[in-house]
Amino acid sequence: MSKILIIAEHDGSKLNASTLKSVTCAAKIAGASIDVAVLAADGAAVAAQAAAITGVSKVLVIDHPANVEPLAAVLAPQIAKAAAGYTHVFGPSTTFGKDVMPRVAALLGVSQVSDIMTVEGPHRFKRPIYAGNAILTIDVPADSKVVATVRVASFEAAATGGSAGIEKFAAQAALPSHTRFVARTGAATGRPDLQSASRVVSGGRALGSADNFKLIYSLADRMGAAVGASRAAVDAGYVANDLQVGQTGKIIAPELYVAVGISGAIQHMTGIKDARTIVAINKDGEAPIFEAADIGLVGDLFAILPALEKALGG
Amino acid sequence: MRRIMVGVKRVVDYNVRIRVKPDNTGVITEGVKMSINPFDEIALEEALRIKEKGLADEVLAVSIGPGDTQQQLRTALAMGADRAILVQTDAAVGPYSVATIFKKLVDSEQPFLVLLGKQAIDDDNGQTGPMLAALWDRPQAVSCSKVAIDGSKATVTREVDAGLETLEVDLPAVLSVDLRLNEPRYVKLPDIMKAKKKPLDVKSLADFGVTEGAAFTTVRIDAPPTRQKGIMVKDVAELVAALQKKGLV
Repeated sequence: MSKILIIAEHDGSKLNASTLKSVTCAAKIAGASIDVAVLAADGAAVAAQAAAITGVSKVLVIDHPANVEPLAAVLAPQIAKAAAGYTHVFGPSTTFGKDVMPRVAALLGVSQVSDIMTVEGPHRFKRPIYAGNAILTIDVPADSKVVATVRVASFEAAATGGSAGIEKFAAQAALPSHTRFVARTGAATGRPDLQSASRVVSGGRALGSADNFKLIYSLADRMGAAVGASRAAVDAGYVANDLQVGQTGKIIAPELYVAVGISGAIQHMTGIKDARTIVAINKDGEAPIFEAADIGLVGDLFAILPALEKALGG
Repeated sequence: MRRIMVGVKRVVDYNVRIRVKPDNTGVITEGVKMSINPFDEIALEEALRIKEKGLADEVLAVSIGPGDTQQQLRTALAMGADRAILVQTDAAVGPYSVATIFKKLVDSEQPFLVLLGKQAIDDDNGQTGPMLAALWDRPQAVSCSKVAIDGSKATVTREVDAGLETLEVDLPAVLSVDLRLNEPRYVKLPDIMKAKKKPLDVKSLADFGVTEGAAFTTVRIDAPPTRQKGIMVKDVAELVAALQKKGLV
């Protein structure tokens, strides 16, 4: 029987939605028992949230002062210890999981399955390669521990309402001091989180300036949407890197994605493949974005955006 | 000798439209342009800039792949790497095996810094950097957008979902680099001529005690599902109507 340990992503007080999506992925393995590990300086609050996820049997709390920031070099040896007795160790394919999980896999002496998008069996998975332009089905050897990251855009968040038991776990691993956290800077915008928002309005290079990007923010606020951007817009300095959607940015799956002035390079499309409805607004009717769009409108975004905002109840 | 080791992978050029083979065993690579993985090119550029600041003496480019990978290593030498090592194999080599080979290379080459792309654009695994750091028991920083070397330490900024994170790491360390770290230089013709004379050692997997290829068995490779063709609307009023019909506004 599969025994799965999921590594929780959190900010010290709040469990990240990526963990609930990882649980949904794990639950696709028939008959699996699912535990969640919370590594923190004081994991009590996060553990309580993890214990409420439907389908979770047990939460392991691994408290250590060194776990105050999620440093892969510090977390990985503790996770490798906790992994004993488990057949599978899953983490989210977010920047947190991409950092820590391969380090865990190497300590356990196995390759990692990156970006599970479909579970076909306890050792058979589908994952995207070539920026999602091909889908690979692989078999992990049956006698090998499975260390994997979960492509969060491919799974819904698990329900809550359960009440799993919470246990302390002392990892007793030697922790390095060679890696030290200095700072984290991020925009607390008050807008929905790009990764988990049900609606996203994204702007591209055609916006022309950071100032013009206000049009995107304004429409997003009208729609209750998160704001995203193409790589071109980020590279041009219109917005910060954490808004980038695409192969090298965030992979998202909102109900509604509105792409404004984005041509639709393959690398961008990779990030929005799973969006339920894609709306494209672009002045170039030949732009590749229209091939993927469910609703396309050719025209000048500087005229369309204010009109759209007004039509939506301005 | 202050040495930087850079991983260079040969991949299908990023401009090539990927097509899956009709028998679902792989993607078509015959007659397709091959290049240095773009993230690895950025890693190499950063290594060259560190050397040009006088903070390193030598840049070593290493790769694992078929004999034709010499083309990418010659390009790396033309960009400015001092020497190259190719671990030649026609077999697929999984990230854990790559990290195992790289670990043996750092044991013999003793770099103070290893720079790699954050992922290769073919397999999109993004595992080699953290795995090498684990096997080496050294610091890692994934998705670096800024690197500052200061004696026995480095201060790095990395791109994370929440914004930017700054870490201080003791050297040696393994850094995987992101797109915004730098813009790689173009190779000039005289440099291509010069690169032909630079040392390029060819080794085998057996030299590193690695026999096994990929860790996982490929069952099949499929083209991704295509989206249904959408509709075009002619103005904002029609757009709003279409959104309303779908219950989205």
